[in-house]
Amino acid sequence: MKIQTILAAGAMTVAAVAAQNAQAGAVLDGIKAKGFVQCGVNTGLPGFSAANAEGKWEGIDVDVCRAAAAAVFGDANAVQYTPLTAAQRFTALQSGEIDILSRNTTATTTRDAKLGLTFVGINYYDGQGFLIPKALGVSSATELDGATVCVEPGTTTELNLADYFRAKGMSFEPVVIENINEATAAFFSGRCDVYTTDASGLASIRTQMAENPADYVILPEIISKEPLGPVVAQGDEQWSDVVRWAFAAMVEAEEYGVTMENVDDMKANSTNPGIQRLLGVSPGMGEALGLDEAWAYNIVKQVGNYGESYEKNVTAKLGLERGLNALWTDGGLQYAWPVR
Amino acid sequence: MSENAKLPPLPTGTFSERAVAWSKKNLFDGWFNTLLTLGSIAFLVWLIPPIVEWAIINATLAPSIEACAEATGACWGFVNANLRLILFGTYPFEEQWRPLLAMILLMGIICGSLGAVKYPSLRKAIIPMWVIGVPIIAILMWGGVFGLTYVQNSYWGGLPLTLILSSIGVIFAFPFGLLLALGRQSHMPAIKTVSVVYIEVIRGVPLITVLFMASVMFPLFLPDGVTIDKLLRAQIGIILFTAAYLAEVFRGGLQAVPRGQFEAGDSLALSYWQSMRLIILPQALRLVIPPTVNSFISMFKDTTLVVIIGLFDFLGTVKLALRSDPAWTKYYVEGYAFAAAIFFLICFSMAKYSAYLEKELRKGEQR
Repeated sequence: MKIQTILAAGAMTVAAVAAQNAQAGAVLDGIKAKGFVQCGVNTGLPGFSAANAEGKWEGIDVDVCRAAAAAVFGDANAVQYTPLTAAQRFTALQSGEIDILSRNTTATTTRDAKLGLTFVGINYYDGQGFLIPKALGVSSATELDGATVCVEPGTTTELNLADYFRAKGMSFEPVVIENINEATAAFFSGRCDVYTTDASGLASIRTQMAENPADYVILPEIISKEPLGPVVAQGDEQWSDVVRWAFAAMVEAEEYGVTMENVDDMKANSTNPGIQRLLGVSPGMGEALGLDEAWAYNIVKQVGNYGESYEKNVTAKLGLERGLNALWTDGGLQYAWPVR
Repeated sequence: MSENAKLPPLPTGTFSERAVAWSKKNLFDGWFNTLLTLGSIAFLVWLIPPIVEWAIINATLAPSIEACAEATGACWGFVNANLRLILFGTYPFEEQWRPLLAMILLMGIICGSLGAVKYPSLRKAIIPMWVIGVPIIAILMWGGVFGLTYVQNSYWGGLPLTLILSSIGVIFAFPFGLLLALGRQSHMPAIKTVSVVYIEVIRGVPLITVLFMASVMFPLFLPDGVTIDKLLRAQIGIILFTAAYLAEVFRGGLQAVPRGQFEAGDSLALSYWQSMRLIILPQALRLVIPPTVNSFISMFKDTTLVVIIGLFDFLGTVKLALRSDPAWTKYYVEGYAFAAAIFFLICFSMAKYSAYLEKELRKGEQR
């Protein structure tokens, strides 16, 4: 805890200095000068950011960085990746080692306000849940009094767990294990009664790691809100706008039904003024952001719309349905600010 | 004592007679040893067949998730399918011949340097080999010149990274540790104090703390916009850490050299550095070969800790491969077993070499 306090204090000092020194557009100018976006990603979380067998980074978090690169350079591959641990991620952003942090990071007040960061969108709505063996005979998290719980340290997960049990007046015994493989192995070998992490993680662990997935259930209670999204450092509003709207364009493209496949056709033939604005047929949006008019066209053409990215990464790798991450028109929470 | 007197008497009798005699003497010598022998045999019988069955008989090498799901034994297909990811990490796929070449070159230089004990003609080549070899390795890994595309070192990983971190670590930590050891023995109070404080502070914290500080705290103290490379920070952390431990090893060697040897140097009117180089260090270093190699082995294994600062050493790339596809995640035993085998191979070779080195250098004492 002490280290964290020191770190936070250090981070705040740096953030204050950085805010004074930074001029508008400094980060974006730097990115343009070096010719690529430096993107901080997870060291390995399938569906979000993980290296494939060829060592290439893939996932919906990776796609946000690719979209930003496509918007700035017209080339989604103009990205360099820095894998970061949970402890390093904010320092890397504050010190300028990376331009954008897209690493399943929960947006919270402290991070946004105190650490000098700007959350520019939410690309995955998650929440913390509980996975238990059916044999435990529990159907609700309120019956978990006295349970041993396997949990990974250093995340909001651990804090939420303590908050939830305290609020319900229940006790629990934490089994803290740093590594996800070991933590899940401990759970499936019966070392603890409950495994807790974000619901997306629970679903994939249940399908991929359990001998017989049907022997395990995810309890209905979701005990926390985990809005995960890309983060940039405060101080360059122009750059935060680019990332914010690059992601918004992906969602907006899905709303309009513009896909990687039909984007050329849409650009040539669509009479919908919204689509024409998005794809740069009627100019103005690119200019407003200081980008090429084809910025959103390049994103959709090279990265795909939000639904395609989700399908390709989260559904294919983790077998998760859209759920909260469906478009607002389908009862989900993904609601893009209008590009106009 | 003559060499021959140490040899046991020549064995007599037929092979089976000798075998019985040998087992009686070594395995069934009294009831306690008999019990131990039988217990060990039972343990091995209980342990080995299931391992062989799992690792070889029922295992599959086919690089497909389906084949692994069907196999009842080990899924070596995981290693097979992800071999390049495990060996080279996220280094660009088409360019992976570069780290391969760099790794071979580095191994060549290391073997060449180690072989100098046996082939004295190589001795003069050691320094040129490193002076020419290291820049070539750097060019291969980084690129950016001679038409090679530039590859940031956040993409380096796997076995080349482990070898680079540990060999560069050894090369720099050795002289630095030596200086610290001499500093600690020094009669000049300032140098002595600095050395003692440095050694004790570094030995008082775990390597993981040093790496963590280098990676998380240090960048916060740099001026805005200045970043020092993550890999470089880790490498320096490893060097500083290892040097402190080596310094204590060397101090042990220096203290074991008899006082008269120092006085002999003085009486020949040799300068401090001359007497160190010609008289003291050759004796002191030879005495501490086993603990020095011990330090190197432990440093080699400690490089796996860089995973906590987001660098993928060889063990890190195994973990990376496990997460490359959730379907592979459950085959972590195979992944870690593979990593363990490679680590064992390297560490065992180091230990064997150290034993050989001791024998070679002690030839002068055998009369």
